[in-house]
Amino acid sequence: MSVVNIKDSDVDIVIGALNSDLTSFMNEWRPIFSRFHLIIVKDPDLNEELKIPEGFNVDVYTKSHMDRAVGSSTSILFSGYSCRYFGFLVSRKKYIVSIDDDCIPAKDERGFLIDAVDQHIMNLTTPATPFFFNTLYDPYREGADFVRGYPFSLRNGVTCALSCGLWLNLADFDAPTQALKPGQRNSRYVDAVMTVPARAMMPISGINIAFDREMVGPTLLPALRLAGEGKLRWETMEDIWSGMCVKVVCDHLGLGVKSGLPYAWRKERVRLPRTAATAEDCVVEIATALKQQLGILDPVFASAADAMSDWVKLWKALGSGSSPV
Amino acid sequence: MVEPARDTQAATKVVPLLKDELDIVIPTIRNLDFLEMWRPFFQPYHLIIVQDGDPSKTITVPDGFDYELYNRNDINRILGPKASCISFKDSACRCFGYMVSKKKYIFTIDDDCFVAKDPSGKPINALEQHIKNILSPSTPFFFNTLYDPYREGADFVRGYPFSLREGVPTAVSHGLWLNIPDYDAPTQLVKPLERNTRYVDAILTIPKGTLFPMCGMNLAFDRELIGPAMYFGLMGDGQPIGRYDDMWAGWCTKVICDHLGLGVKTGLPYIYHSKASNPFVNLRKEYKGIFWQEEIIPFFQAATLPKDCTTVQNCYIELSKQVKEKLSKVDPYFDKLADAMVTWIEAWDELNPPSGASAKVANGKA
Repeated sequence: MSVVNIKDSDVDIVIGALNSDLTSFMNEWRPIFSRFHLIIVKDPDLNEELKIPEGFNVDVYTKSHMDRAVGSSTSILFSGYSCRYFGFLVSRKKYIVSIDDDCIPAKDERGFLIDAVDQHIMNLTTPATPFFFNTLYDPYREGADFVRGYPFSLRNGVTCALSCGLWLNLADFDAPTQALKPGQRNSRYVDAVMTVPARAMMPISGINIAFDREMVGPTLLPALRLAGEGKLRWETMEDIWSGMCVKVVCDHLGLGVKSGLPYAWRKERVRLPRTAATAEDCVVEIATALKQQLGILDPVFASAADAMSDWVKLWKALGSGSSPV
Repeated sequence: MVEPARDTQAATKVVPLLKDELDIVIPTIRNLDFLEMWRPFFQPYHLIIVQDGDPSKTITVPDGFDYELYNRNDINRILGPKASCISFKDSACRCFGYMVSKKKYIFTIDDDCFVAKDPSGKPINALEQHIKNILSPSTPFFFNTLYDPYREGADFVRGYPFSLREGVPTAVSHGLWLNIPDYDAPTQLVKPLERNTRYVDAILTIPKGTLFPMCGMNLAFDRELIGPAMYFGLMGDGQPIGRYDDMWAGWCTKVICDHLGLGVKTGLPYIYHSKASNPFVNLRKEYKGIFWQEEIIPFFQAATLPKDCTTVQNCYIELSKQVKEKLSKVDPYFDKLADAMVTWIEAWDELNPPSGASAKVANGKA
């Protein structure tokens, strides 16, 4: 289903590369991305060369571009997930779609590949309705409308400035929630887009979003960095902070924010260094990360991390060779 | 193509939650044949039937249901002069059922609503879902992008403030409709064939400060938390307006819930709405409402209640004063409505005295 009055050249797809090898990511998204211009921004802390497959209309930006454009002291601004913002800055298109590099296209309930870009553009190019809640959700969707009791003067809606998509498989949970429910996967496909009402605050995740750059470009900003901010989403708040700014600004300017479709499929990512080549090494790495990142939240995690390290030592000592008993 | 569930007798064994704490209130002017379809889900519960229209007509209730039935004569007898606040020839009369109920929870449903099927084909136990919605907290102060965080398989997303994760008590559970959607007359006239076939698998809390159109077709609420706000207004016979009863109750209820820190949920469950009312008849009933709501909505959006209004009744009386003060100039109808709002609260308090005092209500004919 294509959007009639938007040209592909009105859209930039901005990808923050925190992984150096984007081959499988790009190939998964190829049917959806290939007709658009892409801006890939490499995390300035990433040392390896980016691997990008052929067949895309893409511009790549790296630390050197950032240094040249904004000076080397400010490239820290674009570290990690915040590298995307450099892409937002240099884009000259009306619409931007930004998706984390650990997401692939999801499938809807009928098994069809979801064109997330198409849905985001649809969201941005149909009005939003922030001043009164429509109980049948997005009234501009096919098969829906405003319900009885919805004031007519509010049925024109306002411009939608931001479209917040969702995630199947790994939902965007914070660290404590993931620790509590490590096996939880989001398998519920909620077939709705809705406007988040004016004055309602919400956590805006940067994993799968799109926005009208002309309307709100400057309000998506890299500002809040956690003291221990890392390269995993649950170690960041930059998008949450940025999102709150965007929502307040949209509320003030009378612009809309939608949430719901499209879904993207978010994959597992436990980042282990290349030097972890055996199962034992991997467990030691995970134990170290666990102690560092969750040990501070609760001593139970520190104990678990110690137990994991001890187990590996035990395995190395007694797990092969002649039986210990 | 959406269809109702045809064979609900074979539905999986139902555990009737809150069996002795919930009344099902059904307004009717025709018949109650639809109850047969709902039997496996409704039979364990007590029904309050409010018979609208000609009181000399006999409404047959299918065998096996435990119910009380009130017609206009009963309403007049029980309320005396205060019966003037209860509408006649409009399903708004259902709120009489809320008033006479002695239970903590109310579920109300229209007599042209049947059991819907979920996408897997399974009949939906709407009452059970409403109960789940009402018994779990709401989250009106911050929007959760994964909808109801207390649902199995969901949770609060990253960035959701931890101090707000306990939520607040849920006062209202607003369900939706497959097949005939709840459209106003102009929309019905323009889109006579549109059917709601989209099953949206979500329940969400409507944020504080946001109003919504509350439909009374498939609705549950905590009578102890919000009951007195569920007055469905003056509609029908002798009134200049119809089809705004539930809307009015919804706006009052939401303002009061926002003030008292209570939650309102919308979304699941779906019922199957079978009957499309005549859009020309609807237009006549609604048309004043279409103009008036342009004034009414800003009124409710701007309405604030003083801190010392800590009970629903106090909040409601205060609202009635503001209605009289600010909406009378729109039409004298609002002056009458404001008076009726007060009468309603007086009647409510008479029939629902604080525990200890006895109520002087006689039961309706069985």
